[in-house]
Amino acid sequence: MADVTFTVDGKQITAPTGTLLIDACRKVGIEIPAFCYYPGLSLQAACRMCLVRIEKIPKLQTACTTPVAEGMIVATETDEIKQARKAMLELVLGNHPLDCPVCDAGGECELQDMTFKYGAAESFHTEMKQHREEQQWSPVVYFDRPRCILCYRCVRVCGEGMDVWALGVQNRGVTSIIAPNKEDHLECEECGACIDICPVGALTSGAYRYKTRPWEMNHVATICTHCGDGCKTTLGLRSVDDGVEIIRGDNRDKSGINGDFLCIKGRYSFDFANHKDRLTKPLVRRPDGNLAPATWEEALDYAGKRLAEVRDTRGGASIGVIGSNRTTNEENYLLQKFARKVLGTNNIDHHRTADYTSFARALAGHQDRAASLRDAGTAPAILLIGNDPTQQHPMLAWNLRTNVRLNRARLYVANHAEIKLLRQARASLAIPQDGYAGLIGYLAGDDSALAGTESSAAFREVIRKEENLLILFGSEYRGRDIDALVNFGLGLPNAKFACLSDYNNSRGAADMGLMPDLLPGYQPVASPAQFADEYGNLPQTGGLDLIAMFDAASRGELGALYVVGSNPVSRYNIAPGALKDTFLVVQDMFLTETAVLADVVLPAANLYEKTGTVTNTYGDLQLVKKAADKAGVRSDFELIVRLADRMGANPKELVSYGIGMRADLGQSRGVQSGESDRHAVWLAANHLEPKLSPFDPFAILDEIQRLVPDYQVDRLALLAGNDERTVPPLVHIDNASSKTRSDGVLPAQDTLFTSGTLGRYSSILDEVMESRETKSAGAAATTSLDVST
Amino acid sequence: MANLVSHPDVVPLLSMRFGKGASALDRYLELEGYQSARKALEMGPEWIISEMKASGLRGRGGAGFPTGMKWSFVPKQSEKPKYVLVNGDESEPGTCKDRLIFEHDPHSVIEGTIIAGLAISAKMGFIYLRGEYRYLLKIIERAIEDAYAKGFLGKNIFGSGRDFDIVSHTGAGAYEVGEESALMESLEGKRGIPRIRPPFPAVVGLYGGPTVINNAETIATVPHVLRIGSAEYAKLGSERNGGTRLFCLSGHVQRPGVYELPMGYNLKKMIYEVAGGIPGGKQLKAVVPGGSSTPVLLPSEIDIGMDFDQVAKAGSMLGSGGVVVLDESVCMVEFALRTIKFYQHESCGWCIPCREGTDWLKKTLTRFHSGGGVNKDIDNIKYLAENMLGKTFCPLGDAAAMPTIAFIKKFRKEFEDHLDGKPCPYAHTAESVLV
Ligand SMILES: Cc1cc2nc3c(=O)[nH]c(=O)nc-3n(C[C@H](O)[C@H](O)[C@H](O)COP(=O)(O)O)c2cc1C
Ligand code: SF4
Ligand code: SF4
Ligand code: SF4
Ligand code: FES
Repeated sequence: MADVTFTVDGKQITAPTGTLLIDACRKVGIEIPAFCYYPGLSLQAACRMCLVRIEKIPKLQTACTTPVAEGMIVATETDEIKQARKAMLELVLGNHPLDCPVCDAGGECELQDMTFKYGAAESFHTEMKQHREEQQWSPVVYFDRPRCILCYRCVRVCGEGMDVWALGVQNRGVTSIIAPNKEDHLECEECGACIDICPVGALTSGAYRYKTRPWEMNHVATICTHCGDGCKTTLGLRSVDDGVEIIRGDNRDKSGINGDFLCIKGRYSFDFANHKDRLTKPLVRRPDGNLAPATWEEALDYAGKRLAEVRDTRGGASIGVIGSNRTTNEENYLLQKFARKVLGTNNIDHHRTADYTSFARALAGHQDRAASLRDAGTAPAILLIGNDPTQQHPMLAWNLRTNVRLNRARLYVANHAEIKLLRQARASLAIPQDGYAGLIGYLAGDDSALAGTESSAAFREVIRKEENLLILFGSEYRGRDIDALVNFGLGLPNAKFACLSDYNNSRGAADMGLMPDLLPGYQPVASPAQFADEYGNLPQTGGLDLIAMFDAASRGELGALYVVGSNPVSRYNIAPGALKDTFLVVQDMFLTETAVLADVVLPAANLYEKTGTVTNTYGDLQLVKKAADKAGVRSDFELIVRLADRMGANPKELVSYGIGMRADLGQSRGVQSGESDRHAVWLAANHLEPKLSPFDPFAILDEIQRLVPDYQVDRLALLAGNDERTVPPLVHIDNASSKTRSDGVLPAQDTLFTSGTLGRYSSILDEVMESRETKSAGAAATTSLDVST
Repeated sequence: MANLVSHPDVVPLLSMRFGKGASALDRYLELEGYQSARKALEMGPEWIISEMKASGLRGRGGAGFPTGMKWSFVPKQSEKPKYVLVNGDESEPGTCKDRLIFEHDPHSVIEGTIIAGLAISAKMGFIYLRGEYRYLLKIIERAIEDAYAKGFLGKNIFGSGRDFDIVSHTGAGAYEVGEESALMESLEGKRGIPRIRPPFPAVVGLYGGPTVINNAETIATVPHVLRIGSAEYAKLGSERNGGTRLFCLSGHVQRPGVYELPMGYNLKKMIYEVAGGIPGGKQLKAVVPGGSSTPVLLPSEIDIGMDFDQVAKAGSMLGSGGVVVLDESVCMVEFALRTIKFYQHESCGWCIPCREGTDWLKKTLTRFHSGGGVNKDIDNIKYLAENMLGKTFCPLGDAAAMPTIAFIKKFRKEFEDHLDGKPCPYAHTAESVLV
């Protein structure tokens, strides 16, 4: 669009036609105060704080509703305007309780800030203020009408942003009041967006209120541990007896991939970290058959000794390793390196929630066609097949809604269920639950692939006309269906793809080679190339997948199993007896169905208590920063290194650390020295320092970036907290080399109010009434993989 | 049905069928009804609009915007349907003229709506009636039914091949929905709060379609303009203020009532001759010239012509034509309080200055009037009103602020008489003045 030039406070400004004056001013650093204006939400012109003087217009004008115009001359800080703003504040403060000392928003309140600036400090009213009792609308949402300034941000973010429409305005005049959708309470998605967007302390969070003063917290920006979207969240932290506690999650600075957004899980479900059942002492199974507390020394020694024994007597192939969807890339990488190099096994897997292997294979050679989460907010057209983002990818759903609302993006939905995003869909197609493969055949032109109707023909026609289509597909697509889907999409100009999986680092687990047949970067174990140089001897035949490991265990063929941050016994309905002959080491936060069967349980830190990186469903790589701390637990990273150490492995072979790397060169030629050498050279070339501790995850990030081509992103940008694109691998994956019987995908079926095993330890998720319904539905739909074969 | 009043100076145009049973369609037809609609059909939109422009008719809802010009702003081409909206929300205290039209001459509103529809090529009109006028709905619905039965509404009106429908609707008792954009929200089934303008209704109005919204009296005037011709009509009034209007004379006058008088008619004459002067030989104290939102005039200021321009020149507004006459027995503090009570009660609450300002004005004036006032309150009242003025989202805030400022400016002494616990010096109250 054409630009216009105009003058504000004597300064010449140029902005595109149609820009709102308030935005144009903010862009050049002229701050115009606003309560009701909020970028991306509908205009209200209600608070009158943004009044400015525009030449030739008799009345003061609201900058939040005035589009810039050529030659416009604007004044924003004259005495007249300052007086108007001061008066608005005086008026709104008249009925305001001014209970700042006990208000949760104190110190983070826009009304305080404005009063500070415009000095409406004098009260000249004698009459009583308007009063109403505070209301609790849900376990997480409280409303205090006296503090409300009726800016209607909450109403709009809930309606326009969330498409939930749970808040409205009742009454009129001075008795106007924000009201919840169910008489006296809320039934909604409990995302807390209304609380976050409230400029004052009218909406407060049940999870946070009265716990602290904001300035007493430390703030650390990290990534939500729950779904595969990977929202950035800023955690508010406070020191407590046994570490550092998280007391708030929000996304105030909007700096992340998720902008304003967080769902209930990101905003509140960090509370699992303080659950009373949290393990803080290692447990060892005693001769009496019971698990009992042990010292770290004892537990690690015992686990290391037994694992080494099994390896040395029965061979690495008799040991299995199951990794996690919620540990960092560094931990996942380290775990597979440990499995392959120290244990000598390819029996490594994780709970797969999408078939990334097939996706990588299908997309090989078309790296530019992999979509970022950001694309969902900007693509002109989107085809969503399968999945229910509102429940499973709340952030993606927000992006899609916003894109439709603000950019008039065309959303096309094909699903077997009546998913909520149909409300934003330009066109939709109801298909049978087993019709997903057929749908692609049909879209590609095979009329017999789907019971064709008039509506499916029309649907096909619009899809095939789209350029720049973003194709999002759920775990309904696996194996060859993904190839067919990607092939179809590659026939459309500039189509992009994203494969939706369920947990915070499902993508990272697959990318980092928690697979029996694939090394990091989807490199087949049969042709380990750079990894062979790096690791030395590697088992080159594919290992057992997760289910095969349990099968082997029940046949007595699995001597040991090492489970890191995963609960396969519950997830896959494993009969507890299956592991009776297997030495089981489990690292977890809780005594899960898997952990109770273990011989050694090591209490682990969660994602909020460690540093590293994670990769979301779309391949966006983000930095995880240590925020909380819990006495008694250790990161999975540290535990893997310590176990390796106990097994007699040289930690330096596992983690390249220390400044002595170059010095080693002269002493021992061979794999390690070569590794050190290569590592040091790479570090130098990339202007990075060697890391000094075997427990420093960045030492492994260095190695990942050196060895996995997809992960060669800009380190500085990553450290700055940006989301960086990883690209799908270039390698060709030969399907025949895969030993897996199936794709091994077990969708998590999570809803907004569940989050696998972890979610069970979040009391907030348990308390909100909306969770009851979805939980029972989720339970009915679990396990679909047949484990007995 | 109230008694009808008259005076030799009355020019019966709009009121020519009052009291003549014209709510019955046959009677309306006998009294030259629906001739203008037929003529309009014959002559076409451009002619209608040029006649309206030439007539000098200015909106009777309050702002006095030239009607012909308003209609000409409606785009010829539109993807969305266009609408005509009749604003019958009449709620400004002191105003009771639309009620008479609906009661005595409902077909003139229907005919005017059809003509406006033809002028902008709309196929649908709405008559929005104030909630408290529900009792008039029967009359209007009956008239609409009759017009349908005769083929004046519906498909192929007057056999012209054109279609036009009219739907009537009542509000739920909110002054604010008389404001045109709030009315559209209300009609769409939402809370009655105003919309951001621009876009103006002529471009984006009801259901997003281009919409002409006019006061009921404005609409009822339209058939008369076409009937007698624009030149004839314009001549009846004063410069740039064509025709006649229904003036509602209330308060302390001998013969209160609604009188149709030429635009520009002298206010003093209106009070002393048409309405028979002040009863009981009392002295005139003040006149509110155009509904409760217009600044009060002193007796020395009323020798003016009652049209939009002359009243504006005198520092007030012609508004909705509600002339409220106050004699010496009225306590101006109480009158100010009663005025602000209304606006406090009717503020929709959307924007800070009006929602909070009207409430604090009311609270302060309540205390002040009951004897609890201190000198600083007078300045505070003025400060509050001045800081509302021109800063609210819609003109309701101004409607509350303007008269308040005028009361203090022109009757400061009377406020001072209430200070320091002194009892209200006036035996009478203004209760009877504003209904
Ligand atoms: C607070 C407020 C209340 C109003 N109430 C009415 C009303 O009751 N009737 C009316 O015709 N116009 C009312 N108006 C004016 C309308 O907004 C609009 O200007 C009018 O209907 C236009 O018609 P006209 O051009 O025929 O005057 C009101 C305006 C405001 C700001
Ligand atoms: S509750 Fe907060 S966000 Fe909602 S209207 Fe009131 S002040 Fe604004
Ligand atoms: S959408 Fe996903 S990543 Fe974002 S806050 Fe919710 S659970 Fe966390
Ligand atoms: S001025 Fe503001 S609060 Fe008052 S009626 Fe208009 S929009 Fe509502
Ligand atoms: S920010 Fe413009 S009126 Fe509120």
